[in-house]
Amino acid sequence: MPVNPELLGRVFAPAPPYLVGREKVREFARAVRATSPLNYDPGAASAAGYSDVVAPPTFAIVVQEATLAQLLAEPDAGIDFSRVVHGEQRFSYTRPIVAGDELTATLAVTSIKSLGGHSMVTAESSIADATGAHVVTTISTLVVRGEE
Amino acid sequence: MRAGDVIVGDVVSERTFELSRDTLVRYAGASGDFNPIHYRDDVAASVGLPGVLAHGMLTMGLAVQPVVDWLGDRGWVSDYQVRFTRPVLVGGADGATLAVIAKVGVVEDGTARIDLTVMVGGETVLGKAQVRVTFV
Repeated sequence: MPVNPELLGRVFAPAPPYLVGREKVREFARAVRATSPLNYDPGAASAAGYSDVVAPPTFAIVVQEATLAQLLAEPDAGIDFSRVVHGEQRFSYTRPIVAGDELTATLAVTSIKSLGGHSMVTAESSIADATGAHVVTTISTLVVRGEE
Repeated sequence: MRAGDVIVGDVVSERTFELSRDTLVRYAGASGDFNPIHYRDDVAASVGLPGVLAHGMLTMGLAVQPVVDWLGDRGWVSDYQVRFTRPVLVGGADGATLAVIAKVGVVEDGTARIDLTVMVGGETVLGKAQVRVTFV
């Protein structure tokens, strides 16, 4: 089944809020070999003007995950997860994520293209904090391989 | 440091990262991405892959760290994008070595674009890998 072209422009219901935990930030920071004290030490983060430890730049992927699950679960999407390859990724921040943030991600499908039997689906998740202020937009392009 | 002190073409950092299966398992736990192609040879083989692959997001997450370290608390990463152009195979015995070169591409209005070259075994694994930093 090919990717459903009617997905284009679809905006999903906001995913359940994600509460950013300090130990999760530290765990993620260790996994990507971050060494900055801002990622681990609330005192260092505070001295630099942040309310708590700062998440590494790619941490937003953890928050985005719930929206991608929504997309793959969409009954009419026609996206077979076993044929999906991550093609491109982008994060555009208004401010860094810090521990204590309660983040809500809202997914929209912004592009669907066909290329040599494959489909390229671009999914954008707009992520806002508890006040509704924008924090980051994550943009994922998924390549869905066609049937051989 | 201000944008004016950053000169186009300067290499701000060069670094290598050793990857092992342990690295992948640790990232799986931290990120919640438990796709078994990132730690099980049999599953990787069953879907036609030449071996266990690093998560693309692990490669992306590691590759930006030299820029983060160079910046310190003088600025922050406001935009970061990559294309995943080649899978990173991580052998059970020999792992993989990721080599990152970060070079200033553009400087403007209190921000700079840092361009990353990210290679494994002499081959580029990320394309159009660009980090926008905003100075404070």
